[in-house]
Amino acid sequence: MMEQVIMNKLGFPILSTLIFLPVAGAALLLLIPRAKESLAKWVGLLVSIAAFILSIPLFTNFDKSTHLMQFAERHEWIPAWNITYYLGLDGISVLFVLLSTLITILCVLISWNAIKTKVKEFYISILIMEGAMIGVFCSLDFMLFYLFWEAMLIPMYLLIGVWGGPNRIYAAVKFFLYTLVGSVLMLVGIIVLYFYAGRTFDILELMTKTYPYNMQFWLFWAFFAAFAVKVPMFPVHTWLPDAHTEAPTAGSVILAAVLIKMGAYGFLRFSLPLLPEASRAMTPVMLTLSVIAIIYGAVICLAQTDLKRLIAYSSVSHMGFVTLGIFALNLQGMEGGILQMINHGVVTGALFLSIGAIYDRTHTRQIADYGGVASVMPVYATAFMIFTLASIGLPATNGFIGEFLIILGGFTANQWAGVLAATGIIIGAGYMLWLYQRVFFMEVNPKVAGLNDIDAREIITLLPMVLLIFWIGIYPNTFLGFMHESVNHLLERVNSGSAHEMNIAKNIMEILK
Amino acid sequence: MVPLNWYLMLSAVVFMIGVFGFLTRKNIIIMFMSVELMLNGVNISLIAFSHYLQDMRGQILVFFIITVAAAEAAIGLAIIIALFRNKSTAHVDEMNEMKG
Amino acid sequence: MNNYLLIPFLPLAAFLINILLGRNFLKEKAHWVSILAVAGSWVVAVMALVDTMAGKTINEDLYSWFVSGNFKVSVGFLIDQLTAVMLIVVTTCSMLIHIYSVGYMHGDKGFYRFFAYLSLFTFCMLMLVMANNFLQLYFGWEGVGLCSYFLIGYYFDKKSASDAGKKAFIVNRFGDFGFGLGIIMIFLTFGTVYYEPVFAQAGGFANHTVNFLGYDVHLMTLIALLLFCGSIGKSAQMPLHVWLPDAMEGPTPVSALIHAATMVTAGVFLVARCSPIFSLSETALMVVALTGAITSLFAATIGLVQNDIKRIIAYSTISQLGYMFLACGVGAYSAGVFHLYTHAFFKALLFLCAGSVMHAMAGELNLQKMGGLKKYMPVTYITMLLASLSIAGVPGFAGFFSKDEILWLAYSGPSPVGKLVWGIGTVVAFLTALYSFRLIFLTFHGKFRGTHEQEHHLHESPKVMTIPLILLCVGAIASGWVGIPHLLGGGAHFTEFMKPVLGHPEGHGTHSEEWMVMAVSVIAGFSGIGLAYFMYLKRADIPVRLAARFSAVHKILLNKYYVDEFYSFLIVRPAIWIAKNILIGITDAKIIEAIVNGIPKAIGGFSQVIRKVQTGFLQHYATIMATGILIIVAIMLLR
Repeated sequence: MMEQVIMNKLGFPILSTLIFLPVAGAALLLLIPRAKESLAKWVGLLVSIAAFILSIPLFTNFDKSTHLMQFAERHEWIPAWNITYYLGLDGISVLFVLLSTLITILCVLISWNAIKTKVKEFYISILIMEGAMIGVFCSLDFMLFYLFWEAMLIPMYLLIGVWGGPNRIYAAVKFFLYTLVGSVLMLVGIIVLYFYAGRTFDILELMTKTYPYNMQFWLFWAFFAAFAVKVPMFPVHTWLPDAHTEAPTAGSVILAAVLIKMGAYGFLRFSLPLLPEASRAMTPVMLTLSVIAIIYGAVICLAQTDLKRLIAYSSVSHMGFVTLGIFALNLQGMEGGILQMINHGVVTGALFLSIGAIYDRTHTRQIADYGGVASVMPVYATAFMIFTLASIGLPATNGFIGEFLIILGGFTANQWAGVLAATGIIIGAGYMLWLYQRVFFMEVNPKVAGLNDIDAREIITLLPMVLLIFWIGIYPNTFLGFMHESVNHLLERVNSGSAHEMNIAKNIMEILK
Repeated sequence: MVPLNWYLMLSAVVFMIGVFGFLTRKNIIIMFMSVELMLNGVNISLIAFSHYLQDMRGQILVFFIITVAAAEAAIGLAIIIALFRNKSTAHVDEMNEMKG
Repeated sequence: MNNYLLIPFLPLAAFLINILLGRNFLKEKAHWVSILAVAGSWVVAVMALVDTMAGKTINEDLYSWFVSGNFKVSVGFLIDQLTAVMLIVVTTCSMLIHIYSVGYMHGDKGFYRFFAYLSLFTFCMLMLVMANNFLQLYFGWEGVGLCSYFLIGYYFDKKSASDAGKKAFIVNRFGDFGFGLGIIMIFLTFGTVYYEPVFAQAGGFANHTVNFLGYDVHLMTLIALLLFCGSIGKSAQMPLHVWLPDAMEGPTPVSALIHAATMVTAGVFLVARCSPIFSLSETALMVVALTGAITSLFAATIGLVQNDIKRIIAYSTISQLGYMFLACGVGAYSAGVFHLYTHAFFKALLFLCAGSVMHAMAGELNLQKMGGLKKYMPVTYITMLLASLSIAGVPGFAGFFSKDEILWLAYSGPSPVGKLVWGIGTVVAFLTALYSFRLIFLTFHGKFRGTHEQEHHLHESPKVMTIPLILLCVGAIASGWVGIPHLLGGGAHFTEFMKPVLGHPEGHGTHSEEWMVMAVSVIAGFSGIGLAYFMYLKRADIPVRLAARFSAVHKILLNKYYVDEFYSFLIVRPAIWIAKNILIGITDAKIIEAIVNGIPKAIGGFSQVIRKVQTGFLQHYATIMATGILIIVAIMLLR
């Protein structure tokens, strides 16, 4: 199987470093005595910055001309069960690794003053989270993937359950149970694949096999259970508003920016290439669920009174766009879907960062407690406006590119899906601008009078997001360029799904001649 | 020479005395001793088989069991003493902290 | 090409400078950056016009915006005759209004912010008109909408202003929904979104039908109508006109620039630009013509009874935009664009004069509290009077030529609804003169009806405001002279100039018919003015008695046909109600959450039952174990 990948040539095992550097950082944090806890955030910051800098070669040295896995590393791990330690990246996953390393820095920065209890443990959770997230995106061995996938749950559970809001225990348990139930079904699916394909967990090897349709059908739903919960698709979305609302800012940001991307990533990496026939057959169901999520999430936002809850439901709507794009099963839709995953990570991450910044000052999430913030905090208002505009998909911001490609792809796949998805954009403008009006415009609410505008640390936290929004909006080719080859390859695999039978048919024809 | 059956019968009798002792007596020390009795019942049959089959592994196993039983006795007694200090009784019907 | 890049990017640079440095450094000097930038753009735009007059057109890409498979789009520029005229309209109006704003916005705490937005708007509008593909057009389209949102809600601490901005944006999104789908249909049909290949291939699809959402429809009609949805929103045509009157919450220069001269005419520009597509569908053209005609009539009737000086002009704008669509709908695109061009001058002038009046009246907008202002502010009076004469279609003024051309082509053109829309257009010409002069007479003539304090403060505006008025006034009079029809001995230069892009409108009629059409419209205009004079100066009691006599009609007009109320009742409130009561209340809380929380509860209940087995007594467990072993042994023995 070695010829399918390009081994890492950077001189150091970049992916392993990215996974284990944060974990090592977390171990280092354990050594810090309780009395010097303020040191913990510096260590957290330095480690996350180091990880980000180390991840830059992924951006610069990535070979965009191939769909093969790159930066690959492979070691025997548990030979008895043929489990390997196998890492690699392709055009679909590479951007998410970069997003994860960037987001972690911002999470550390935004929590600088907000976290006052168990500081050390907080940063340990964040760093372990980072390692696990990167692991998920890099794994090319199904068992390794599952390990990282589950490993992510624990720090997130702690982040919500320990540093969360008043109703945190309920939210944390709900989050945990939802995702665990889904992933257990996925584990069953993995094991079925393992035995069927001749005892291998190697994803690339699994992809070369074809599976009978009946099996694909059941496996599709087993994977669906895990991935749809994570996305979250309608109707398994109700954990998300609770988790977002109760989580501390950093938790919400990671959740929104990276964690919920993993569901969609799972569809792309596993469901589609492993189970092409089933994926094609299930397209109507998936498109329907996506469209419901888009409209349902958007309409619900109109009635929200809680800032974070509103953004959480808007995530349901935006992720509906992502799954719509992916299951449009054409190039525009899928590239739009992947780009929209990045966009949503950037924009919703930024919105949660912003809400965190003002929550630190007011300690309220009720929209009614705000009003006139633009008069008091003009710089903050400007930044929030940019994020709002990106969220409603204004051209020249990143949201437009993603949504346009998705609607184009969705419309091509199914006209109704495209048209109905486009209505989500109208409602999106409605709830976001109404939110903005209630928080930032109108007369100054006495509760926010006299607040200080955001300081340098917060500006530095938000600035990368602003830059990314315009970068992707004005010159998205930088990012789309990563995907073309991989997405093309994936589509070939999905759409020529019955290539195997085609070949047989061809051979028969040859013989008949 | 005594036939194997006799030994096995002895073993069974000793084991059953242990079982009934464990199930019926209420003093925790006596129950503990009943457990030892059961272990020794098993030991008898192991040695009997070992001799009958001329295979030393049975006797080796018995040594293991004696060692483990000794360790278990030490820990078990320690636990019983700790329990007694807490509850001032060795009566097993008064110990149901683990009820569901 | 490189020079022409300056046209949009100078204002963009000004925007960036102002938004980044304005608050702390430029402060009261922010206007210099913006004015210099737009003046630079204007100079280059004039050069572009000269070049296109010499027959040079440009169509070049700047850089590849995004690529996905066979979908490719660039940021690129097309400068042809249509673009050149639009460039002149946009940069001229923008420049004069920039200058006017220096006086109007003087001392405002958001001074730098205002000029930053104006520059951003100018940039987006220029990108819109200079685009060489539909997606960039869409960028400019949304960009101007955004600036409009910012500028309407400029006084954001006022709830009504921020409401109006939001409403403008969301109502426009309804139109853009169709526009976006139209672009997608264009791509799926032609495989590209660039104007040139699309328009070149359009003819080949003239008779194609396509299945759209389960219906078989004529392809070109579908595309044209989807694009027209965007126009309806942006140009405030029925039924999406509701945002424009509310948009008057913004500062007056904004109303003049965005909501009169430039942005709202983007819809007309779109139809004109896509004339190769529209011309292939008679149905679409008919829809355009009727929408325009009905809107212009409808808005003019509302304009008759409003008392807010800016709202009257806003309804007048809606009405005149309807006129332009009417022209496009009968195939007379160049007449529509001609009217767009003359309208930009006299309507911007009307707004700026209204702003000047407001400035003198300390923000008062109610006509009934004005009167007799002409002796206090002669420049404003004269310029506004001339603008009104122009809009009323008095011969010699700009508005006369463009309006006459529209009416003549409607009358004589091949459109099946031509005669009908000509009739409506003539009635509207009468109404336009009536409400315009109602405004003039109530504002400037008669006796002052405001408070003494207000009267004491009345003054002419400063030079920085009146000079742009005078310059625009020149445009309001003379801009029409480039299109004097052959009938009056002119050369119809405008139509000739536009011919390569918009084609030549067909009109079949005799000279006597042409004279008749012209005479009817002139009579309509003069009788409107005369009636206004009679009703509002001579016999001021008549309007009051009329209002009392037809109180039901008056009430409907005063409440703008209750369209806002209708939308609120039909769309806004139901959406929120459904969200609150059905989606959150029932689906999320009662169904999904019930399942999610119900399963653990059921498991918990079962556990409550079986926990009784765990008594905690050692010997119970031991007995169970022993029994179990006995059973197993028994099974093994008896097997």
